[in-house]
Amino acid sequence: MINLVREPLIFEISSPGKRAINWPELDVPETKGLLSEVPIREDLEDFPEVSETEITRHFTRLSQMNYCVDFGFYPLGSCTMKYNPKINEKVAAMPGFTLVHPLAPESLVQGNLRIMKTLEKLLAEITGMDAVTLQPAAGAHGELTGMMLIRAHHVAQGHPRKYVLVPDSAHGTNPSSAHICGYTVKEIKSNEKGTVSVEELVKVMDEEVAALMLTNPNTLGIFESDICQIADIVHAKGGFLYMDGANLNALAGIARPGEMKVDVLHLNLHKTFSTPHGGGGPGSGPVAVKKILSPYLPVPVIEEKEGYYYLDYQRPQSIGQVRSFYGQFLVIIKALSYILSLGPKGIREMAEIAVLNSNYLRKSLEGIYHLKYDTPTLHECVFSDKFQKEYGVSNLDISKRLLDYGLHPPTMSFPLVVHGALMIEPTETESRRDLDMFIEAMKAIDREAKENPELLTSAPHVTYVRRLDEVQAARNPVLRWEQKK
Amino acid sequence: MYPENLFYTKDHEWIKVEGEEAVIGITDFAQKQLGDIIYVDLPAVGKSLEAHQAVSSVESVKSVSDVYCPVSGEVTAVNSELAQNPDLLNKDPYGQGWIVRIKIKDKSELNKLMKASDYEKYVEGLEH
Repeated sequence: MINLVREPLIFEISSPGKRAINWPELDVPETKGLLSEVPIREDLEDFPEVSETEITRHFTRLSQMNYCVDFGFYPLGSCTMKYNPKINEKVAAMPGFTLVHPLAPESLVQGNLRIMKTLEKLLAEITGMDAVTLQPAAGAHGELTGMMLIRAHHVAQGHPRKYVLVPDSAHGTNPSSAHICGYTVKEIKSNEKGTVSVEELVKVMDEEVAALMLTNPNTLGIFESDICQIADIVHAKGGFLYMDGANLNALAGIARPGEMKVDVLHLNLHKTFSTPHGGGGPGSGPVAVKKILSPYLPVPVIEEKEGYYYLDYQRPQSIGQVRSFYGQFLVIIKALSYILSLGPKGIREMAEIAVLNSNYLRKSLEGIYHLKYDTPTLHECVFSDKFQKEYGVSNLDISKRLLDYGLHPPTMSFPLVVHGALMIEPTETESRRDLDMFIEAMKAIDREAKENPELLTSAPHVTYVRRLDEVQAARNPVLRWEQKK
Repeated sequence: MYPENLFYTKDHEWIKVEGEEAVIGITDFAQKQLGDIIYVDLPAVGKSLEAHQAVSSVESVKSVSDVYCPVSGEVTAVNSELAQNPDLLNKDPYGQGWIVRIKIKDKSELNKLMKASDYEKYVEGLEH
């Protein structure tokens, strides 16, 4: 049952003297002055005072306002919001993993090191690459690490180079990762098919270009079918091909980036390999490389000799450590659990169903929502609000109205190459029944746009809060509760 | 909708020549595409810019976009009013919503830009 009454702040339900616990009478002598040296925070007057019932109900009600992948369809494009199997949580919660100290001697954590090495090998096999580091803490961190490896190689050759090429259909983090790594970004425009224009690439590729960062399939869900030719053009000038592996869910078990002549890519364990993200993270962004870049991998590298695992720090060409200790260890376990549960056939089936689901959605909504590119797509598809705009209804209004149907909206206004974009990635998680529910809602919203656009422009109507002032939220965000004096 | 006394770029900037100097902003089409603008990043006065170099970036509720300098020059003034009221770009893109003023380095570069009628045709082409 959803109750649309506004939930008060916990400070507002507080009343003095209430408490959730009754302490027993003090039966030892009271000691004073022990904490006199410790600075005690004094600005926390009126800390909320509530009973156990009140605090339980308050937070349970708040949790029910949340939308999560355990609750329903989560079509955010480019995010791969797939279901997180519970067995992964069970495995990662085992005491041998949760209670181990990061500085425990190698001899006591052989099993844990073996787990990491096993995942590295499996990821190398899935991607067709030579070596993997599990250190980066998330996707963009993986991108930065990958770019640092490329830079380290160019520096070792005596010339770091100046530019990194990024197509306009790339992930938004790509240009910033290249920039943080000290490169100037040059954008390459997409062609009419929505892929990288080979002619454009030939024009801009020279010995000052360190790398091309390509997302494949790109954010339109389109496979870069010229990728081998693109790789040859980049390699001919001594540059590297970086692949953003965020969309690996479309390829895993079917096609391997290593065989597409990719030199380095990052993976998102929290997307393709089912570990939780968004509010449920943390993420994990392993980087896979070809041999040419492996001398630069971050330390420590996990090595094995005659069945004994150890951490190798003696790597003179390494870019150093990119994260404390060894990466998001418990996330690594969840990803390994996922891969081993599915097996090679299961991984392939995962990608096949993800692509099938996306194309089922696309076919069902084609003609009702505008598709800018008619190129076939893989795991996601990007519609626009062009048809609904004629009735004064934007992608924002459509998204807000979806909330009334109890559905999470798709990614909006991205990628930028499609104006008024609605980017949908269903993943393999959704059943035919759930997909149909979403399709019916989208069709109903289109009818509403024609018959009663006001219903959409003022949506949502049945949520806890109505339409929020986005401009005000961006200009003057209220980030935390503050006590009124 | 597109004032006759301005030159236009394919990236939707306008430039108004005033003697040796010029004022730069974004077009009405650009502000409509961006939606509500919430922040404008302004360059330092004195900064030298090549043509097509980013002179400012504009953030809306949807995205962040670079504003490119239509011709080479040096920044002589910035519209500091935009720090407090970035929505001037939405309300009055050709007037109070100007972004920077530059000293033009080479007036011949203006010949490469579009006139109002050409820009109008260009925008119509994009909308279809």
